[in-house]
Amino acid sequence: MLSSRHLLGLYGVPKKDIELILDTAKTFREIIERPIKKVPTLQGKTVVNLFFESSTRTRISFELAEKRLSADVLNFSASTSSLTKGETLKDTVRNIEAMKIDMVVIRHSAAGSPHYLTQLIEANVINAGDGTHEHPTQALLDMYTIREKIGKLEGLNVCIVGDISHSRVAMSNIFGLITMGANVAVCGPKTMIPKDLEKLGVTVFTNIDDAIKFADVLNILRIQLERGAASNFPSLREYHRLYGVTKERLLKSKKEILIMHPGPINRGVELASDIADGSNSVILEQVTNGVAVRMAVLYLIGTRSENN
Amino acid sequence: MKILLKNAYLLDPQVNLSDELDLLVENGIITKVESNIKDKADAVYDLKNFVIVPGFADAHVHFREPGREDEETIQSGIEAAMNGGFTAVCCMPNTDPAIDCAEVVTFVKDRAANSIIDVYPIGAVTKKREGKELALLGEMYEAGVVAFSDDGEPVSNSKIMKYALEYSSMFDLPIIEHCEDKSLTENGVMNESINSTKFGLPPHPSLAEVIIALRDIAILKYTGGKLHLAHISAKETVEVLRQAKKENLKITGEVTPHHFSLTDDIVETYDTNTKVNPPLRTQADINAIIKGLKDGTIDIIASDHAPHSIEEKEWEYIYAPFGIVGLETSIGLTLTKLFHTSILSLEEIIYKMSVNPRKIFKLREAKIQTGIEANLTILDLNCEWVVDKFSFKSKSINSPFHGWKLKGKAVGVLNNSKLYFENKLISII
Repeated sequence: MLSSRHLLGLYGVPKKDIELILDTAKTFREIIERPIKKVPTLQGKTVVNLFFESSTRTRISFELAEKRLSADVLNFSASTSSLTKGETLKDTVRNIEAMKIDMVVIRHSAAGSPHYLTQLIEANVINAGDGTHEHPTQALLDMYTIREKIGKLEGLNVCIVGDISHSRVAMSNIFGLITMGANVAVCGPKTMIPKDLEKLGVTVFTNIDDAIKFADVLNILRIQLERGAASNFPSLREYHRLYGVTKERLLKSKKEILIMHPGPINRGVELASDIADGSNSVILEQVTNGVAVRMAVLYLIGTRSENN
Repeated sequence: MKILLKNAYLLDPQVNLSDELDLLVENGIITKVESNIKDKADAVYDLKNFVIVPGFADAHVHFREPGREDEETIQSGIEAAMNGGFTAVCCMPNTDPAIDCAEVVTFVKDRAANSIIDVYPIGAVTKKREGKELALLGEMYEAGVVAFSDDGEPVSNSKIMKYALEYSSMFDLPIIEHCEDKSLTENGVMNESINSTKFGLPPHPSLAEVIIALRDIAILKYTGGKLHLAHISAKETVEVLRQAKKENLKITGEVTPHHFSLTDDIVETYDTNTKVNPPLRTQADINAIIKGLKDGTIDIIASDHAPHSIEEKEWEYIYAPFGIVGLETSIGLTLTKLFHTSILSLEEIIYKMSVNPRKIFKLREAKIQTGIEANLTILDLNCEWVVDKFSFKSKSINSPFHGWKLKGKAVGVLNNSKLYFENKLISII
């Protein structure tokens, strides 16, 4: 059983919990290959997808995971924060909870919103990305994918490339991978590396060739122009020149390197098209695995309360 | 009316007083400081185990009147000050409208008239605190302000800061700077550290504070005048102030109890009552602040009492306003964190919380001496108590210290011929 009734982030989540989620996801991964992809596990449970920030991929992935577990699904999307609509997050979620719901999947532009939610409502809370804080299910599906492809996480050299300072994906990956015993590095321009990141036990590269030399896995982040990343570096062209992962650069490495990306890709910026679509790329498998991992999280959290 | 305060320990380093003595107050004036006073009095208070010190002054508070009377009025602020053990407060001008002209200064003073607490308004440096043009510093000086500040905002424009120091020097009043380079803080809500990365919150680096402190010191050297640095939070700023003092510049500085009591670790809870500007920093910063308090670099402990409504503080962390109420926890935190840990003596605390603020802002002196008006704070140094924000007299409860166990508190104040003791306010004329 998981240690917590919520999944707010991977910081402080014990290894056995992460293992349990990844092992459970394996079962669901098999189920979603079947002709009939639906199981009755969460029948009668109501899950609300509370998306205060626009998202297509994550919301669809969660929705599919919920439906395949036979949960009743309610989608609440607000393109802006509740605040700008004049209603507080507190009132919004209390209203929704008053309709008797069991689980909330929340995405919000403000870090800590899922934590705040747990103080307001009884339902289980799953963080689907909060500001620049955490995106735990993305990191879990990344770890699942690595484990499936390489067979282990422990001792593996994983380098996250890109705008680390604006990336919740990077933070969740760092916390999770460290817990699982991987050697974690990041690579990007110094203006995109948070201060004192080394204190977490992370190696920092500012040269992509060094990162490639180090890595068994490259997890390449999308340059998030919408987060104001543009002022952190001079131009997309220069970013590509210094940090773009290209065939020429990868050829310098003697190892086979697993290529990952949480999507959506800026082709020709952080990642060259031939690499994104190449034989070492597992980008689409990540998407498939995402559904299985989210099914595992929903299942483990949704059935946990029954066991209590 | 005669009141006799018996058996208290009287402590006032200004007059070398440190003894268990009785104190006789007649119509608000101290008439006797002796042992075993036998005079017949209208009221006798046995203050055994209490310490009487010169009335404490909080040089940095925000009362929200005019503008946000739902958060704090001048009257509720006065009650919070009284309950917290202060006899004087300097209130910042970031009201709505701002205290930027004589009329608003007079309004605040009138609201506070005939109270047990002396309320000293601080005038804005610039009109509407917009940072563009000097406010009416001269007429506000005449109306009785004790300093000028755009607190809540820095004076970002260097030319305006130069004018402000030059102009205020004509009245010999300090400019109080809220040191923050806004281009570095942008949307920042917490100290930039490994914690801001872990918690995913936009950073508000200490660099932003020290840059403006350095700039202001450069201007001060050029123009003359008096500069006071509000709520110093960063170790770098303490060092910059220390060096400036060595050059004999007319510069002073203050620190708040929350900045020496809390680190940014507490932001992990996403409790918006931990959101304050400047933000909570690290243990290294606390250590530097403590060193600065001990060696005299930091002159004043002030609360930066900043009331906010529950509704506003219930927003998401990045949207909630900055600020912590402090008047009713300031003395308790100072005694717990600095006195009972032997970092500062009580005499030193009297300087930081009474003598220095009164001197820097030219407030009415408070001394335990016969012939002058009694202006006293009564302390129970060893009382152990639990902070209960719901018992605050302030209209707001945005405190991160709710539930904290503290040792030492103020149990009463006496000022302006009024005594507040045991939850009762009485006139002693």
